[in-house]
Amino acid sequence: MNNYDSNQIVVDMKGITQKFGTLVANDNVDLTVHRGEVHALLGENGAGKTTLVNSLYGLYHPTSGEIFINGEKVIMDDPNVAIQHGIGMVHQHFMLVKPFTVVENIILGLETHKHGVLDMKKAKDQVIALSERYGLTIDPDACIQDITVGMQQRVEILKALYRGADILILDEPTAVLTPQEILDLIQIIDNLTKQGKTIIIITHKLKEITDVADFCTIIRRGKKIDTVRVADVSEADLASKMVGREVSFKVEKSKAAPSDIVLEIKDLHVKDNRDIPALRGLKLTVRKGEILGIAGVDGNGQNELEEVLIGVRKAESGSMTVNGTDLLGKSPREILDHKVSTIPQDRQKRGLVMDYSVAENIILENYKKEPFSKKGWLNFEAIRNYARKLVTEFDIRPNDEDYRAGSLSGGNQQKVIIAREISNNPDLLIAVQPTRGLDVGAIEYVHKALIAQRDKGKAVLLISFELDEVINVSDRIGVIYEGQIVGELKAEGADENEIGLMMAGGGKK
Amino acid sequence: MSEKKKLTDSPVWITMISISFGLIFGAIILLIIGYNPLTAFTVILKGIFSKPKYISWTVIYATPIILTGLSVAFAFKTGLFNIGAEGQYIVGAITAALAGYFISLPPILHIPLVLILSIGAGAFWGSISGYLKAKYEVNEVISTIMLNWVALYLNNFIVLHDKVKREGSEATNKVLDSAQLIFANTWKTSEAGISWRKVHPFFGDILRTPANGGFLIAVGAAIVVLIILNKTTLGYSLKAVGINREAAEFGGINVPSNIVSAMAISGGLAGLAGAVQVLGFTREASALAASEGYGFEGITVALIGANNPIGCVLAGLLYGAMKYGGSKIQPAIGAPYEIISIIMGMIVLFISMPKLIKTLKLKKKEDK
Amino acid sequence: MILQSIAFILGTTLMYATPLIYTSLGGTISENSGVVNIGLEGIMFMGAFIGAAVGFYTHSGWIGFLAAGVVGGLFGLLHAVACITFTADQVVSGIAINFLGPGFALLLCRLTFDGAAMTVPLPLDEKISRPLNGLFEQNSFFDMIFNRYSTVYLAFILVFLMWFLLYKTRLGLRIRAVGEHPEAAATLGINVYKIRYFSVIMSGVLSGFGGAAMSIAIVSQFRVTLISGQGFIALAAMIFGRWKPQGAMWACLLFGLANGIVIFMPRTGLDISSQLLSMLPYVLTLILLVVFVGKAIAPSADGEIYEKH
Repeated sequence: MNNYDSNQIVVDMKGITQKFGTLVANDNVDLTVHRGEVHALLGENGAGKTTLVNSLYGLYHPTSGEIFINGEKVIMDDPNVAIQHGIGMVHQHFMLVKPFTVVENIILGLETHKHGVLDMKKAKDQVIALSERYGLTIDPDACIQDITVGMQQRVEILKALYRGADILILDEPTAVLTPQEILDLIQIIDNLTKQGKTIIIITHKLKEITDVADFCTIIRRGKKIDTVRVADVSEADLASKMVGREVSFKVEKSKAAPSDIVLEIKDLHVKDNRDIPALRGLKLTVRKGEILGIAGVDGNGQNELEEVLIGVRKAESGSMTVNGTDLLGKSPREILDHKVSTIPQDRQKRGLVMDYSVAENIILENYKKEPFSKKGWLNFEAIRNYARKLVTEFDIRPNDEDYRAGSLSGGNQQKVIIAREISNNPDLLIAVQPTRGLDVGAIEYVHKALIAQRDKGKAVLLISFELDEVINVSDRIGVIYEGQIVGELKAEGADENEIGLMMAGGGKK
Repeated sequence: MSEKKKLTDSPVWITMISISFGLIFGAIILLIIGYNPLTAFTVILKGIFSKPKYISWTVIYATPIILTGLSVAFAFKTGLFNIGAEGQYIVGAITAALAGYFISLPPILHIPLVLILSIGAGAFWGSISGYLKAKYEVNEVISTIMLNWVALYLNNFIVLHDKVKREGSEATNKVLDSAQLIFANTWKTSEAGISWRKVHPFFGDILRTPANGGFLIAVGAAIVVLIILNKTTLGYSLKAVGINREAAEFGGINVPSNIVSAMAISGGLAGLAGAVQVLGFTREASALAASEGYGFEGITVALIGANNPIGCVLAGLLYGAMKYGGSKIQPAIGAPYEIISIIMGMIVLFISMPKLIKTLKLKKKEDK
Repeated sequence: MILQSIAFILGTTLMYATPLIYTSLGGTISENSGVVNIGLEGIMFMGAFIGAAVGFYTHSGWIGFLAAGVVGGLFGLLHAVACITFTADQVVSGIAINFLGPGFALLLCRLTFDGAAMTVPLPLDEKISRPLNGLFEQNSFFDMIFNRYSTVYLAFILVFLMWFLLYKTRLGLRIRAVGEHPEAAATLGINVYKIRYFSVIMSGVLSGFGGAAMSIAIVSQFRVTLISGQGFIALAAMIFGRWKPQGAMWACLLFGLANGIVIFMPRTGLDISSQLLSMLPYVLTLILLVVFVGKAIAPSADGEIYEKH
C-alpha cells in the first residue's frame, strides 16, 4: 500500500505478557505500527494474535507490559479507553445486533440524542456522510440479519470510523468473504490508509499479507518471532517463520486408484434455516479409493451439505445414494448403519459430548450394540477395553480412556472423533473442516489418516475452506459456489488461481 | 474422571456452605425480629427428634418432596429444567384419588394399579412439555409453568364435579382401604392393635402417625433412577442429549424421542409423588386455591441434593424436617413459621451462586 | 341490559388487567436486557403486602403504592446481584425469590398484624383515589367502564412510557442491545452490568407496583391467596406479547377479559366452568408459542449469563 509515514509511530506495545491461569497466551511481545501503515499479524491458530489485539483494544488486561498510543502511555482497561484513543476493532465474529438496523448498530454506544431521546435522522445523515467519504456503500435502514456478510463487515468498519478511529484492527477479515469481496476489502483498505488511517490486520493467509500489508509481525506460541518489511520477504519465508520449520506444502501420497461409485448425489436442492435455497441442484460422485475435495468459501452451502449427508437436514428434492441405496431423508442412525461416517466441522458442538469421558464418546454411535450393551444394560468392562485399545492405537493423550473429553486438547479431541469414525470401518468417510484450529503436527496426522482410508479402498469426501488443504489432500476437486458444484478438476497440478476464480463464481458455465 | 477436583470445588462442599449460610441468615433474621435463634433451632431439633412419632412425621413430610426432587433432578441430568413437577404432581394426585375410589380391587392389585395410573398421568403431563420442546422448540421452563396452572384448574374442575365431589366438602371421596398405603391402618385402632402398641412404645408411637409405605417407594424410586442414569443405554442416551444435543444427534441418537422420554420419566416421578401423598396421607384430592408448592420444593431438594438421587433422599429429609420441625416454633415461641421459607429460599439462592462462594473463599485466602 | 353487561365485563377487564400490566412491564424490561425473571410472582406477593401494610399505617394508599415499588426494587436488586454479579442461573435465582418474597411478606405480616396472615383492610377513603368518580352518572355505561382507581390509568401511561423508553431513547436502544448481544454492546463501551442492573431493579419496582395495585386498589387488604399465580400470568402475558410492552398490555387485557367473563358468568346462568375459563390464559400462551415455532421472538441473549473476561 505504501501510504505510511515511518516517522510517526502510532501504536507501540512493549513487552506484553498475558497469562490465563497457567497458559501464557502472549509472552513479552512487542509491536510497533506507523501512521498510514498496514501491519499484518501473522501466526497459526492459537498463536496469540487475537489475544494481543484484545489487549490493545482494552478487552484483556495484560499481566505485564506497556502500551503507547501516539507516544502517550495508556492503561487500556476498557474498550472505551481504546475508543477514546482512536482505536477501532472489527472482530472475526461480527459484533452486530442482528434485529437492529445498520444505523442503529453504527451509533450504538455513541448515540445522537437530545436529553436521552434518540435523534435517528441526524444519525442517519451522519452515517450516510461517513459511508460516502470512505466509499463504503451501505443501506442505512436495512436490518443486519437481512444483509450479506460483506455488507456486515462494512458496517463493522463504519462503526469504528464513526467513533473517530484512526487505528483499525481487522481480525481475520477475509475468512468469510468471497474472492470478489476480498478485492473490495483491499480497495477499502487502500482508501483508508490514503486518508491517514492505520490498519492492523490479523491473518494466517500468506497471500493476503503480500497483497495488502506493508509490515508483518510474526507470532508463534505467544512469542514475537520477527517483524519484517513485506516487500523484502517471500511467502515461503513468512511460512517458515510462522510454523518454525521449513514447511512442505505437499502431502506425501501415492497415486489414487478409484473404482466403484460409493456416494452419488444428483440434483440436490436444500434450503437453509432462513428458508433460502442453500443447495441448488448439487451433483457429485465419490468413488472407492479416492478423495474428493470440495473447495469453496464459507457459506456456499457446505454446512447444509454436511447436514444433509448426516441426515439432520431435510432436502427439498434430489437423490443421494450410497452403494446404490437411496439415503436421502433417512435418519442419522440409518445413514450410519449404511457405513457412512463423518468427522463433523465443529468437533466441540457436533463431534463430542464434552462432559462424557473419552470411552463414553467412543461408543456414542454404537452404545446400543453388543458387546457395549445387552438388552439395555451397559457393559462397562467391554466399553473400557475397547476404548483403551483405540486410545493406544490412535495415540490419544493423555493415555486415559476415563479422561473428560472436554479437557483434551483440540488435536486430541479430533483424534477421539477420528478413532470413533474410522473404527466404524465405513465405506464413505466424510470430513468437514477436519483441521480447523489444529496445530501443524495434528494437521499432518489428520491428513495422513484421510489418505490411509483412501489407500484402504474407502471413499473419502473432504469439505474444507482451506484451499491449500483441498489441493494437497484430494485426488479430485469440486468447487462449490452458491450451492452448486461449478467446476471439477484433478488435484494434481491444479491451478490455485483458476480454482479461486471458480470459488467466486467466475468459472460458472 | 481422572481430573482431580479439590474437595472445596465440589458441589457437596458448596451445598454444605449454602446450607450453613441459609441457617445463619435465618438466625440473623430471628435475632432482628426479637427471637433467640438458639431457642428456635432447639425447638426445631426437638420437634424433629425427641419422639418416635416426630421422626415419623418428618418422614411423612419428606416423602412427596423426595419424589418431586427426584423428578426435577432427573430432568436436570438430561439437560431439562422441569418447573412443572408441581403440575405433574397434581395430575398424579387427582388420578390416584379417582382410581383409589372408583376402582375396587384387592390391595395387592389395587395399589400397584393406582401407582401405575398416576405415574402414567404425570408422565403424560410431563411429556406434553417434552413434545413441545422436541417438536416446536418451546422452552420447557415456560411450558411447564403454564401447564402447572392448567393442571391446577383441571384438578379443581374434576374435584368440584358433581360425581366426584364429596358431599359438604371441596374434596374427592376418600380412597378405598384397598388402595391406601398407611401401615396397619385398621388394625392399629382395633383392640389387638391398641394393646400391642402399649407393649411396644417405640413402634406404637410411630403408629400414632399415618406412617406409610410412601417413603420406601421414594427410596426405591431413587435407586431406580440411579440405575437408569448410570447403568443403562437409556440413561446413556438421555444424558448425552442433555449435555450436547447436537453431538448426540450427529451420533445417531434420536433426540426428539429422548427429550420426550426424559420429560415423561421426570413427570412420572412427580405423578408418583402425588399418588403416594394421596394413598399414604391425605387419602383425597382437594380443590386448590393456590399451588401446594411440592414442585417448587422439589426443585430445592434437587438443587440441595446436587441432582444425585441419593442426595435427593437426604435433601428431601432435610426439607421435610425443616417443614415439620419448623411448624413448631410458632406455637412454642411465637416466631413466624415463614422463617423456614426464608431459610430454604436463601439456601437455594446461595446454591445458585457458586461464584459468590468461590469469591468468598479466595478472599479468605488473600487475607491469610 | 346488554349494554350494562358489556360495561361490567369491560370494567372488570380493566380492573383485573391492571396488576398484570405492571408486572408484565417489569418482565418486559428485565428480559429485554437479557435477564429472565421468574421471581415476578414472589416480588408481586411482597409488593401486595407492603402496599397494604404501609397504606394501613400511613393512612395513604399512594405511600403504600410507592413503598411497594421501593421494596420490589430491593428484591429486583437481589435478583440482579445473584444473576449479574455472581452469574447465578437466572431461573434458579428466580425460584429462590419466589420462596423469599412470600416468606418475608408473611413473616412481616405476622409481626405487624398480631400474628395474622392478612392485613387489616384499608378504609375506603384511604385507598388509591378514583379521579373520574362523579364525572359520569353513577352506574351509567361509561361510569362502569372508566370510573377506575388511578392505578388503572397509571398502568396504561406506563405502557406508553415503557414503549417510549425501549424504542425511542438511548437507554432503550442500549437495553435491547444488551439483551440481544451483550458482547457487541460491551465492545462499544456500553456497561452491560449497569444496564442489566437498572433493568432488573426496574422489573422489581414494577412487580411491586403490580402487587400493590392488587392489594390496595382491587381489594383493600393483603392475604395469602391474593396473588396466587398472577406473577406467572404476567410472565405469560409478556411472552404472549412477544416481549414488547404494547404486546404485553394487549395480552394482559385479554387475560383480564377472561377474568371478567369468569366473574360475569354466574349472572348469565350459563353453565361454563369458571375453572376451565381460568385455564384459558395459560393454554393460549402455549398455543401461541407453538404457532410462532422457530421464530426467534425472545431477545437472543435472554437468560444467558454474561461474564466479562
